[in-house]
Amino acid sequence: MRIYVPRDAAARALGADAVARAVAAEAERRGLAVELVRNGTRGMIWLEPLLEVETAAGRTAFGPVSAADVPGLFDAGFGAHPLALGPVEAIPFFARQTRLTFARCGLTDPLSLAEYEANGGLAGLRRALGMDGRAIVDEVTGSGLRGRGGAGFPTGIKWATVLDAKADRKYVVCNADEGDSGTFADRMIMEGDPFVLIEGMVIAGIAVGADMGYLYVRSEYPDAIAAMQAAIAIARDAGLLGRSVLGSDRAFDMEVRVGAGAYVCGEETSLLNSLEGKRGVVRAKPPLPAIAGLFGKPTIINNVISLASVPVILEKGAAFYKDFGLGRSRGTIPLQIAGNVRYGGLFETAFGMTLGEIVEEIGGGTASGRPVKAVQVGGPLGAYMPVGKFDTPFGYEEFDGQGGLIGHAGIVVFDDTVDMMKMARFAMEFCAVESCGKCTPCRIGSVRGVETIDRIARGDAAGVEILTDLCDTMKDGSLCALGGFTPFPVMSALRHFPEDFSASHKEAAE
Amino acid sequence: MKDFVIPWDADRDLGTPPSRSEEMVSLTIDGFAVEVPEGTSVMRAAALAGIPVPKLCATDSMEAFGSCRLCVVEIEGRRGLPASCTTPVAAGMVVHTQSEKVRRLRKGVMELYLSDYPRDFLTSTANGGTELQEMAGVVGLREIRYEPGDNHAAPQRNGEANPRYLPQDDSNPYFSFDPAKCIVCSRCVRACDEVQGTFALTIEGRGFDSVVSAGMAGDNFLSSDCVSCGACVQACPTAALQEKSIAELGMPTRSIITTCAYCGVGCSFKAELNGDQLVRMMPYRHGKANHGHSCVKGRFAYGYASHKDRILKPMIRDSIDEPWTEVSWEEAITYAATRLKALQQTYGRKSIGVLTSSRCTNEETYLVQKLARAVFLNNNTDTCARVCHSPTGYGLGQTFGTSAGTQDFDSVEQADVMVVIGANPTDGHPVFASRMKKRLREGAKLIVLDPRRIDLVRSPHVEAAHHLALRPGTNVAAISAMAHVIVTEGLIDEAFIRERCDWDEFRDYAEFISDPRHSPEATAPLTSIDPAELRAAARLYATGGNAAIYYGLGVTEHSQGSTAVMAIANLAMMTGNIGRPGVGVNPLRGQNNVQGSCDMGSFPHELPGYRHIKHADVRATYEDIWGVTLDTEPGLRVNNMLDAAVAGTFKGLYCQGEDILQSDPDTRHVAAGLAAMECVIVHDLFLNETANYAHVFLPGSSFLEKDGTFTNSERRINRVRTVIAPRAGYADWEVTQLLANAMGGDWTYTHPSQIMDEIAATTPTFAGVTFDLIDEKGSVQWPCNEARPEGTPVMHVDTFVRGKGKFIVTEYVATDERTGPRFPLLLTTGRILSQYNVGAQTRRTANVVWHDEDLLEIHPHDAEQRGIKEGDWVKLASRSGETSLRAQVTDRVMPGVVYTTFHHPDTQANVVTTDFSDWATNCPEYKVTAVQVSLSNGRTEWQEEYAARAEQSRRILPAAE
Repeated sequence: MRIYVPRDAAARALGADAVARAVAAEAERRGLAVELVRNGTRGMIWLEPLLEVETAAGRTAFGPVSAADVPGLFDAGFGAHPLALGPVEAIPFFARQTRLTFARCGLTDPLSLAEYEANGGLAGLRRALGMDGRAIVDEVTGSGLRGRGGAGFPTGIKWATVLDAKADRKYVVCNADEGDSGTFADRMIMEGDPFVLIEGMVIAGIAVGADMGYLYVRSEYPDAIAAMQAAIAIARDAGLLGRSVLGSDRAFDMEVRVGAGAYVCGEETSLLNSLEGKRGVVRAKPPLPAIAGLFGKPTIINNVISLASVPVILEKGAAFYKDFGLGRSRGTIPLQIAGNVRYGGLFETAFGMTLGEIVEEIGGGTASGRPVKAVQVGGPLGAYMPVGKFDTPFGYEEFDGQGGLIGHAGIVVFDDTVDMMKMARFAMEFCAVESCGKCTPCRIGSVRGVETIDRIARGDAAGVEILTDLCDTMKDGSLCALGGFTPFPVMSALRHFPEDFSASHKEAAE
Repeated sequence: MKDFVIPWDADRDLGTPPSRSEEMVSLTIDGFAVEVPEGTSVMRAAALAGIPVPKLCATDSMEAFGSCRLCVVEIEGRRGLPASCTTPVAAGMVVHTQSEKVRRLRKGVMELYLSDYPRDFLTSTANGGTELQEMAGVVGLREIRYEPGDNHAAPQRNGEANPRYLPQDDSNPYFSFDPAKCIVCSRCVRACDEVQGTFALTIEGRGFDSVVSAGMAGDNFLSSDCVSCGACVQACPTAALQEKSIAELGMPTRSIITTCAYCGVGCSFKAELNGDQLVRMMPYRHGKANHGHSCVKGRFAYGYASHKDRILKPMIRDSIDEPWTEVSWEEAITYAATRLKALQQTYGRKSIGVLTSSRCTNEETYLVQKLARAVFLNNNTDTCARVCHSPTGYGLGQTFGTSAGTQDFDSVEQADVMVVIGANPTDGHPVFASRMKKRLREGAKLIVLDPRRIDLVRSPHVEAAHHLALRPGTNVAAISAMAHVIVTEGLIDEAFIRERCDWDEFRDYAEFISDPRHSPEATAPLTSIDPAELRAAARLYATGGNAAIYYGLGVTEHSQGSTAVMAIANLAMMTGNIGRPGVGVNPLRGQNNVQGSCDMGSFPHELPGYRHIKHADVRATYEDIWGVTLDTEPGLRVNNMLDAAVAGTFKGLYCQGEDILQSDPDTRHVAAGLAAMECVIVHDLFLNETANYAHVFLPGSSFLEKDGTFTNSERRINRVRTVIAPRAGYADWEVTQLLANAMGGDWTYTHPSQIMDEIAATTPTFAGVTFDLIDEKGSVQWPCNEARPEGTPVMHVDTFVRGKGKFIVTEYVATDERTGPRFPLLLTTGRILSQYNVGAQTRRTANVVWHDEDLLEIHPHDAEQRGIKEGDWVKLASRSGETSLRAQVTDRVMPGVVYTTFHHPDTQANVVTTDFSDWATNCPEYKVTAVQVSLSNGRTEWQEEYAARAEQSRRILPAAE
């Protein structure tokens, strides 16, 4: 009998390790031969720890399981049980997804290269090895893949710039400094299917002629760091990394570098400075990292999900991937639904679903059962979307048109008890805490922003105009997205929920 | 004083550095068509078009940074408001430097800046003239709408001490740092990194916590790695980093461009004054030697010019045992002239002589040697270059045909490999060292040949590829071993040698140098250099691209100094590293006008322009103009003068701007020579050590009081302009003329430019030089004549000055100075950043905070054997003499080698050095002395006696009423 208990950090936080231990103990006590596999997560956090059993009919799920439930599950022969959820892939949340990037996440043992390959892994790389760099880049360009870190820059165009740059060395850097509140897609894929990221980076390397890659992971992700390090070692032993990638004449190797806890190091130029051992401050662009990146050399710097989406594009072709989506947002996007929501988790789907569908249908509304007041999309720098904008389709241009951004596709839901002025203040405070301090609008502006919101809270209406001017200064004047996007949550809160910023609101609250 | 019109659009800061591209790009800025090189920033393009864009963090001496966000512009077809400093121009770009959106943003940013600034900013005079105040005006900010909030500017906040407020750091003697006035633009940090290359400053903390910080936690500017070059102060757009003199004396109201009188880099400075009060020295951005950079000496250490020790009245005395009597100029000149004439009558024409100074101007030097040749009618003239770079003159003259470095300083920007031999540029030539470090950070490779681990061997972001730590005195063996590797491994540039040198001569040389006795392996026992390391260094030099050699007194001040110079010239010729930018052989001159004083005929055997006195045609040129018959024989060198004095045949000396008692080797011998003379005339700023033996003291003028020219290490003739009137009444050239005329000279110069005109008329390499030309061009590098009317940055381009380059066999001959049981260690000497030469100037400034006494560097092994601990008094003894000083235990020196500086007269390192000297030029062997070091309990008897004697001889009688 083969039983799956996730090793994902979210599942572990909810007791997956204790469940795994209980399964092993119970099997031994009963003298049953049980093969326990620690898989990645299926992404349905409200069901974690989600235990799966392999049956003739496929994988059957139980959840959320606690260690105390385990003997009962054995007693029930993993059949009828109050926690039984039926075939995992039939769970509506899962069934509605289009899993391309996350195809193997939760399905396989993350550190089994054989299982990876048996489930479609390495097919993209094998195809890429038969192509020249230009053809690989064209394939990525043709897929319509855009940067999943938030900026949405066409990945293929970035790669083409690096390909065309003349240099003695080039690098591939993967940005795994996933710091946005309410986001976890990078972590899940690194913990649940690390080889897909490695494969994506190797393809990037052979496409542009880079033979070294760095994976910059935030220190707050110890499980992801361990998983990636283990996977890299396995990949190196298996000849996936090294002087001869899969026996070809292409070389590529990579290593993990761990960040030191600064949110701003998720900004690509700060990340490069940090990788070089310097202060994590933003660099002015130009020059673009594609021209002068790590150690001044042409560098592909992409988000985890962007790179992890490359293997499927190479495997199935640009046209296959491009077929999904809407407008200029092609392919799939792993939505991360969090906050005050009933069904939180990772939901990979083609672009185009409306925000309302995502929150109400997929997420099932708030966990508290109260009405939704606002949804913050795209991390702490994303705009607060009121219910009135729930018909906005999920796409880069579509959100931009509504004064928002999709960012890294984190979606945080708030019910009607939230005080939007406090949320605006938090945005400024977050910016003040995380500012690198290089540019003035962010360094000083964020501090003044907190103070000015406090002034408004004291009932000084003059503060509203100052705050509005300040947000313009920060938006137009900041060197990077941290200062430049902080006005999105602040101004969206002010614009859509002006009542929360009035003196009467303040008095009512007291 | 001559009016000076700056030929450039003065001090306009164009915001970002120039692009070197030759491709031109056309764009439109505010409706004007502009064409600039590709890679130019929009900010610079606008500035060039006469449209300054507001800015705070940008300055054209550093790479664009993009932090202040004041320089935003609108570019048609682009989103948002790009910063003009970091945005390069593009063909067809249409830029608007002003718009409603731009104005609002600039004002918004300025309002933020000033919300974290002392609230009296808009009205306070302390910020007057700062860029921040100018920009506040430019953006039109009138009020700050933010309530007083979190800030770094107010000592108190909400009735309590503000934890963000940091008090002013006054630790540096010359400038202060007031964090309350800092806008964290990072210009100081970047200046320290990019311009100076010291990396002493950083931004500590992040976000609103960001503050400029010197060194590590707990450091202040003085205790940090800061070298006080002043680049940060110059870069600061606010009053946060400011010269203390500004606070004391107010803002300057006028300025004069002149040339620094410290080392041979020859930095141009803008002397800024308030009336006749010098307020500060600002490195001049158009100075071609320094491009707006400076060091602690030139930038700050000018206070000696107004030091109370300055002697401003002429003085005489009959005997050196007597106190001095102040007299009028007329009386002093008459006294001196009468005595000198009498000496010539009694002891003969050749019984008197002169010493010219490498610190004085070309014009002053020319007159002093002319005094000897045309008035004394002998050739008894020598100069302090005798004791530093005379082997350079000889060695390069023999091999290349002229006595000078081959390159300009800018050449280093194109060097791929630098070889530094016997020089310590970060201390001796700091402004050029910064240029070297910048190129090294760009990827050039460095080879250091030095017994000591100088800073360049390893400092922030600079590391030598090879440090060949040779035993002092083995330069020729080491350099020849490099040549051996290059020749035997076939790394020579045969085409170059065949075209530019004599091939047969080279073959003879190649046969000589290929002998296995010159191999790195065979010479390793002498040099103690790892043969594999030396081979690797030789290969790098020969094959690493453009390779440039920079050397200093560690090459010349040896018994084989001239041989070593020739060995260096051989290396450059055999690898074709000569005659184009990025390569060459470059002596780093110790003093401001070593090059010039040599050019001006200061040596006894050479008339100006390195032409031997024996040539009748050369003599005729001068005889025609001077109306005298010149002595055909070379005169006495300084060491010969002293020997002759002890022997009783040399009796009188006019010594201008030099302190031979302290600077020349074997102090006791120098003292004996001086004491034996009957008329020693010292022409100087201070009663220096030599003046203890003088009978006439003529007060000299400091560089601030001079009018003339200095010639730096790159043959660049720079103007020295009168900043303040000569404090003693006469400029030095006038004093020499007074003395000459009192002895029957009949000279009639009324302005130094007339002296340069005479130099140009008589010296072919200077034929085109005039003050007007220098004023027009800013500076000019000789040769400057009909063939090269604008001067010569790089020499020997198509052919060597002497025709074919000459390979000279360089056999290593060990110095006679040997270590033995009595004197088992080798002493070598050098200098330190904050002090200069014998210290007469720098010791009279606040620079003493960095180095208030000479220390003896000794390796821990040698120290342990002798029971010496850090800071102990030790006795340093050689066969010449002994002195005592404190020990510094360090592995910078190798075991068996000790090192000290010679900046302080109470140490008198030259009591210890010997009378061995270069075989060709008599340049003393300062760099190798066998010594013993032992614990001591204080000053030696010599030092005590000397101090008493100096005090006695410096007595001045009250002026008679």
